[in-house]
Amino acid sequence: MDGMTAEDKAHTVRQFIQALPFSRALRMQVEAFGKGVAVISMPYDARLVGDPTTGIIHGGAVSALMDTCGGAAVMSHPDAPAGTATIDLRIDYMRPAAPGQRIRARAECYHMTRSVAFVRAQAFDETPDRPVAAATGAFTIERMTSGQPAP
Amino acid sequence: MSPPRPDPEHLVRRRRDAALSALVDAVPYIAMMGISFDRRGDELTAVLTYDDKLIGNPLLPALHGGATASFMETAAIMELSFQILWNGIETGQIKADALTPQTLPRLPKTIDFTIDYLRSGLPRDAYARAWVNRSGRRYASVHVEAWQDHHDRLIAQATGHFLMPGPRG
Repeated sequence: MDGMTAEDKAHTVRQFIQALPFSRALRMQVEAFGKGVAVISMPYDARLVGDPTTGIIHGGAVSALMDTCGGAAVMSHPDAPAGTATIDLRIDYMRPAAPGQRIRARAECYHMTRSVAFVRAQAFDETPDRPVAAATGAFTIERMTSGQPAP
Repeated sequence: MSPPRPDPEHLVRRRRDAALSALVDAVPYIAMMGISFDRRGDELTAVLTYDDKLIGNPLLPALHGGATASFMETAAIMELSFQILWNGIETGQIKADALTPQTLPRLPKTIDFTIDYLRSGLPRDAYARAWVNRSGRRYASVHVEAWQDHHDRLIAQATGHFLMPGPRG
């Protein structure tokens, strides 16, 4: 991305995250992106229901949102990695998300080494201050040197 | 007195398959993901049929980590649920043909789920097996393995804890 400003690059990466096929299938929207913090939301959708008797969204869909948001937080870090992949992710489900409500995740990349990024995240429905889920994870850092991944 | 004659094979197969489909067909997210289950006796293998929408990074391309996570969590919940249902079906307490979402045992609730991503998922079908390491009255611990071409080359492994459903009512 030679000749691109930091803002241009952030915009491109943000578009790229929103365009990932699985992110699109879950209709994720990048709401904030920068300085190691990302906010991504996902609308309620009957196709994502995990328990038909309650209409509650499947935990797996929340995991997918957390994973995407964690990766986005890493990509938004000022050290600007060329790419990232999840090494591990732990998700705690505190309470079911209210049926009909949008779920919004906020992830923060709170530490980055040459090769690893550490992330924590929380997800909320439309009730603030009572998270539906929390996550912690480690992500890889891929670096580019003249178009080639760094050794 | 001689023991009772075992039920004919087609009846046994039908009630077990009916119980499994009642569980699986009730969950919209399983259909959306394109997950199905292969049953051998009480053993289930979850199958994630490849679809372009499961891709994360299209440049590689690789399965989205969130798709892999969803697949494995589904495999764990179905393994637990099918074990709960199995006893009821085999003892005749639950009539498999009459199962609806309202009469099915309630689903276990995920407390936490931890995934190790070991290899990137290729754009092809994936498989998962879940093992219930411990299942008490209230809590269960389940381990899941996911792979594609070779079972000994896992793409991910996961451990989750689940809150077991209380009696319906």
